[in-house]
Amino acid sequence: MQKELIKLEHISKSFDGQMVLDDLSLNIHENEFMTLLGPSGCGKTTTLRILGGFVNPDTGKVIFDGADITNVPPNKRHLNTVFQKYALFTHMTIAENIAFGLKIKNKPKSYIDDKIKYALKLVNLEGYEKRMPDSLSGGQQQRIAIARAIVNEPKVLLLDEPLGALDLKLRQEMQYELIRMKNELGITFIYVTHDQEEALTMSDTIVVMNQGYIQQIGSPESIYNEPENAFVADFIGDSNIIAATMIQDKLVEILGARFACVDTGFGTKKPVDVVIRPEDVELVEPECGTIKGVVTHLIFKGVHYEMEVMANGFEWLVHSTVLSPVGKEVGIKVDPFNIQIMNKPESEDEEAIAIEI
Amino acid sequence: MKFAKKIYVALIFLFLYAPIGTLIVLSFNASKTRSKWGGFTVKWYVSLFQDETILQALGMTLLIALLSALAATVIGTISCVAMNNMKRRTRAVLMGVTNIPMLNADIVTGISLMLLFISFGLRFGFGTILLSHITFNIPYVILCIMPKMKQFNPSVYEAALDLGASHITAFFKVMLPDLAPGILSGFLMAFTMSLDDFIITHFTKGAGIDTLSTKIYTEVKKGIKPEMYALSTIIFVTVLVLLFLVNAAPDKKQDAVL
Repeated sequence: MQKELIKLEHISKSFDGQMVLDDLSLNIHENEFMTLLGPSGCGKTTTLRILGGFVNPDTGKVIFDGADITNVPPNKRHLNTVFQKYALFTHMTIAENIAFGLKIKNKPKSYIDDKIKYALKLVNLEGYEKRMPDSLSGGQQQRIAIARAIVNEPKVLLLDEPLGALDLKLRQEMQYELIRMKNELGITFIYVTHDQEEALTMSDTIVVMNQGYIQQIGSPESIYNEPENAFVADFIGDSNIIAATMIQDKLVEILGARFACVDTGFGTKKPVDVVIRPEDVELVEPECGTIKGVVTHLIFKGVHYEMEVMANGFEWLVHSTVLSPVGKEVGIKVDPFNIQIMNKPESEDEEAIAIEI
Repeated sequence: MKFAKKIYVALIFLFLYAPIGTLIVLSFNASKTRSKWGGFTVKWYVSLFQDETILQALGMTLLIALLSALAATVIGTISCVAMNNMKRRTRAVLMGVTNIPMLNADIVTGISLMLLFISFGLRFGFGTILLSHITFNIPYVILCIMPKMKQFNPSVYEAALDLGASHITAFFKVMLPDLAPGILSGFLMAFTMSLDDFIITHFTKGAGIDTLSTKIYTEVKKGIKPEMYALSTIIFVTVLVLLFLVNAAPDKKQDAVL
């Protein structure tokens, strides 16, 4: 990993007596695409605003490139923000919008003109200099907001749910655009979103947050495949979260049946939670499975079929490209490698939640 | 039914505008008596503009309207910025407090201002008129700017800071242009209110100084001069034009202020 660029040390913040961030510490590396992911109210936006300088933490420090910038106002920080609702200056042309930061720094006109050209090229909106923000679509406005931020050559770009207002197709397109821009610019992106798919697609590192705490930090693969608690498992994608008992190392009892697994070190006869991703549940002939069940629901989802299978008193969510009709008796089999064991939640914020998006 | 509706509307407008219509007609009446039409003339307008004291009063009215509207606009704009940053409860209370003077009877405002100036030992004259006009204008300015302020996206201001602007630069370059339509209509509104005021001026002006409205009042007490019809007509038309401007000033998407 590259060298550390930003360190958040023991940051706490409450608004009107309500704790939003509680003793949060986080290291961000140079050239990293880091995503703060969590449901609304988890503290991710507050974290970003603390980085931008718009919110002062109650306690803790923000270290940027070795210097303490906790009390440095936003206009003196070497990072720029792309706001959720674009926040373009509506009375200025696109060129004036992009030039805003550079004019304040008294850059020469030729330099500014070059930068405008470069930025518009980067966001694929060449020739839009004279247009007004109102005449642009949402996606185009968002690109201008990015262009306006990056011409200042920040070391870090903060993005606050920048794609939230766009439609699905445009959002997916912009995800690739953002990855391309980040690679071209070679700077750190800190990205806030509640969309787990967005986070998995773009990030080098995902920070899953809930109720002011960091739940898990890791690569998209590790967050998806090895969630550390029920909250993370539930928030990132669909999953079957089942109460189980760890019989011994590499053997777990789920719903009365024993499954081989690969986890060790949980002790013996210990209650745990297991996570099994719906695409990891294999439906086989009844006699070949570890447990038997009956298909109760079937939905066609495009890429795959989504089925629900009632087995040993639990409704298993199954994704498969092979159709099993409702009422069919099936056997359930899970590869030991695909069973993820987690400790039982210690606090409310680690529990699985109902997500409203 | 449709016809009846039209008659009804016509009647309402007739009642509303008959007095002013009479005034305007009389201002062009060549005969000096009110009861007889002596032919069309503009001589009252001509002699009006040759009357020194009236021109003086006109100058005073415009000066006071301009200065008081400017001062009220500056104070009102700053107040709006401050109120916008307050908590919702505090802001609601303050908005209520600023609205009261607008609903208050002019005569009460006039007398209380007069008493206030007396107790502070101020000499009545230009200064006291100006102060009282600024006072009653501020709520109108706030009323015009506040809706624009609520529409203003705070992220836009933060974006300016984020791009390196100081608070002062961010205010003048980003916030003010967005508020401009509201500020302009606030200014015009204040100008109109000041131009139009009689009662408060009457109580706070002192001797030897007159605005148009107090001048007309004094003249009418002495006896009817047709020049006064002409003057009143001019004031009416001016205020009418200003009100049209106030309504035209905010962008068309937004509801009119009045």
